[in-house]
Amino acid sequence: MSLKQTPSQTVGPYFAYGLTPEQYGYDFNELAGGRLVDDETEGERIHIVGRVLDGEGNAVDDAMIEIWQADAQGRYAHPADPRGSNLAFKGFGRYGTGTDPELRFMFDTIKPGSVDGQAPHITMCVMCRGMLSHAFTRIYFSDEANGDDAVLATVPEDRRATLIAEREETPAGIVYRFDVHLQGGKETVFFDL
Amino acid sequence: MTAHGPFSPRDWVSQPPYVWPDYKSTVLRGPTKPLIPLKQTLSEMTGPVYGHECVGPLDHDMTKNARVNGEPLGERIVVAGRVLDEDGKPLPNTLLEVWQANAAGRYIHKNDQHDAPLDPNFRGSGRCVTDGDGRYKFYSIKPGAYPWGNHPNGWRPNHIHFSLFGPSFVTRLVTQMYFPGDPLLDLDPIYKSSPEGRRELMVSNFDLDVTEPEFALGYIFDIVLRGRNATPTQE
Repeated sequence: MSLKQTPSQTVGPYFAYGLTPEQYGYDFNELAGGRLVDDETEGERIHIVGRVLDGEGNAVDDAMIEIWQADAQGRYAHPADPRGSNLAFKGFGRYGTGTDPELRFMFDTIKPGSVDGQAPHITMCVMCRGMLSHAFTRIYFSDEANGDDAVLATVPEDRRATLIAEREETPAGIVYRFDVHLQGGKETVFFDL
Repeated sequence: MTAHGPFSPRDWVSQPPYVWPDYKSTVLRGPTKPLIPLKQTLSEMTGPVYGHECVGPLDHDMTKNARVNGEPLGERIVVAGRVLDEDGKPLPNTLLEVWQANAAGRYIHKNDQHDAPLDPNFRGSGRCVTDGDGRYKFYSIKPGAYPWGNHPNGWRPNHIHFSLFGPSFVTRLVTQMYFPGDPLLDLDPIYKSSPEGRRELMVSNFDLDVTEPEFALGYIFDIVLRGRNATPTQE
């Protein structure tokens, strides 16, 4: 290693017109939003909904959440996936918490398939004003067999629940709730990837 | 703390801590428990792929991409540089997303209440992609400093926000580019959250060769993302 990594800095409070412009109503097309699927996407349709909570339990109104996931067959749309990319499903979503009255992030997506024998999961990147570096976590699903997952097994048992989204059947479809606790007794497990 | 896998770990000397009390918002928002090391799987070795196809013809030129009835006000700049990994290998076809305040230090964001004028011809967001040698270039207006409530009479130095993915999701970087000689740098807790010897990597260099005659001052800003481990790391 001959060069040093450029330091991270906070995304700040004013990322929206650069990174999530359509969601916030700015006149600039966005790379990705909360909807990862179209009518053609194969797989079980799910909604992932949650809030980002600070150390006092208050919802953060200027967080940006990104998710990265495999398709329903557990394939990533990336050249490093040896099974070949599935370009019909990009697998990336981005959503700010500043537009929903309850300050939620919301993704319309599909449940990912298992990747290399891991329990199905979605990688999440959390950033906000007040975070100098982003934080990575994983979303697991409450109705899956998570007991054999090698990554979950490295997490202290009393903290694993912070990574598991609870499935709810609602009139609007299948909703997984996943709140991100930045601090406190229920602090979400963040990974050093 | 060591990450394991093909990508080198985050360098927690360069990277700021989550809780940095001089930047007050970190006190309630920075995670406090140790990160849990995760051996990189396919989920971490992959990441969103965005290249030239997602960049519009004016996206790289913030002096033009939001004009309504004239040119934006302020000092035109051209920012150029390379995106590299830690081994110095250029990263081609890499997307950069950028956003910033206008020349008066005002963000177009609806929540910015700073009493400085908006510029009807400037939005302040754009994107560009590196070429085969990892080089990028975009045009803008030099952003102004603006006050913030972190501490009495606090002002953020002039800066441009950058967001990059790099070759995988683990190489994700969001940072800020600063300008040389800015007296506010030594007073800025965000800039100073990375230690001396590393924070300077975020300060661009004025460059006369990049400067375009009769048009725009040139600044060079190279960005270094996480590299690849030469050999598989041992626990």
